[in-house]
Amino acid sequence: MAGQSCLISNDWICGEYLRTRGQELTDATLQHVGITLASVAIGLLVAFPLALLARRWRAAAGPVLGLTTVLYTVPSLAMFSLLVPFFGLSVSVVVTGLVLYSLTILVRNILAGLASVPEEAREAARGMGYGPVRLLFGVELPLALPALMAGLRITTVSTISLTTVGAILHYGGLGNLVYDGMHSYFKAQVLTASVLCVALAVAADLLLLLVQRLLTPWTRAGKGAV
Amino acid sequence: MGVVERTWSWLATGAHWSGPDGVWHRLGEHLFLTAVCLAISCAIALPVAVLLGHLGKGGALAVNISNAGRAVPTFAVLVLLLLSPLGTHGSWPTVIALVLFAIPPLLTNAYVGMREVDRDVVEAARGMGMTGRQLIARVELPLAFPLIVTGVRTAAVQVVATTTLAALPGGGGLGRIITAGFRLTDTAQVVAGAVLVAALALLVEGVLMLAERLFDPVRRRTGPVPG
Repeated sequence: MAGQSCLISNDWICGEYLRTRGQELTDATLQHVGITLASVAIGLLVAFPLALLARRWRAAAGPVLGLTTVLYTVPSLAMFSLLVPFFGLSVSVVVTGLVLYSLTILVRNILAGLASVPEEAREAARGMGYGPVRLLFGVELPLALPALMAGLRITTVSTISLTTVGAILHYGGLGNLVYDGMHSYFKAQVLTASVLCVALAVAADLLLLLVQRLLTPWTRAGKGAV
Repeated sequence: MGVVERTWSWLATGAHWSGPDGVWHRLGEHLFLTAVCLAISCAIALPVAVLLGHLGKGGALAVNISNAGRAVPTFAVLVLLLLSPLGTHGSWPTVIALVLFAIPPLLTNAYVGMREVDRDVVEAARGMGMTGRQLIARVELPLAFPLIVTGVRTAAVQVVATTTLAALPGGGGLGRIITAGFRLTDTAQVVAGAVLVAALALLVEGVLMLAERLFDPVRRRTGPVPG
């Protein structure tokens, strides 16, 4: 049988592998997507107040930016390992590590986005009687969206790629398949999981680009008017 | 005993530092791999970026290559190379993977640095009759220096970090202390290895930042900028 032989001869590309291990691949992909979604969502929830804090008090800006940059320097294997004593061998270790990495770019881009809001827009909103909260969510945040979304795209793509290292704790999504395939020299499994991982990153990037275009229709309208 | 004390006592034990699995040997491997890969990737990426930047061509390639690099998981590439025919050639799979991942930041930053050189200055130099080669050596390179070195620093820190991952498929480097700790379920060793790797990454970042300040040709000539 030609189909069977590609599993036995350990080919890189193997249709039989896709057919017989479909469930395994789906589970790994779902875990990968779940870990990425949780990390990026928590990252946003943490980065937003941090960025606001850094903007409100100049004294806080240096330490916040400095600390998030230092965190980015820590190699992923070390980061996950350092978190093990706090959370045990659980998925929380991987998610926390990825959240910490995401902060560097998210905080920077949210700050840059808020800084790019024209002072006139703020003045106009204040003149119309906007309070600070309504000003933030009604005027500043929408205008900061392009920079924020750019940061979100970079973060999501690198989070998807870094999730694979979670395989050392067996919470690495597709990384688990790469890790296991490495030990058993299973070429089809390693290649398929790697390709899926890259495809996932590209798909997420395009999806976020689409969301950005839908959320900020004025950026395109402006181009046409000029 | 808490994890902190156990980690400290692991690090304080002399036996853990010597021998083929000891910290010194692993640190040596780590630094050797980092230096070799950084040298190779600089030799490939910098001339290309400087030339492209000088000619003002290939900008889209130089910028997009670093975005593409981010989407590809280093760990997967390491394993793929290991399973390929190259896998039997010692540390070559590791070296190639590290070089592949160090090239994008080098290329992008050097290219952007060359392009950000003030066009008026370039025009003035051309007007003075400088040839293309003189322009690169005397005007563009010194002015682009800070961004090029930033690229080298980014790449160096990335290589230090990625060399850690080389331990997963059984390569050398400090990452081996962590993976061995996982296998022995020795949390103290895992944490000790992680602390060593993190410290090395921060140290490399710090040293290169200092070197950047000391060797900047423009800053050196004008003296320290006040304030």
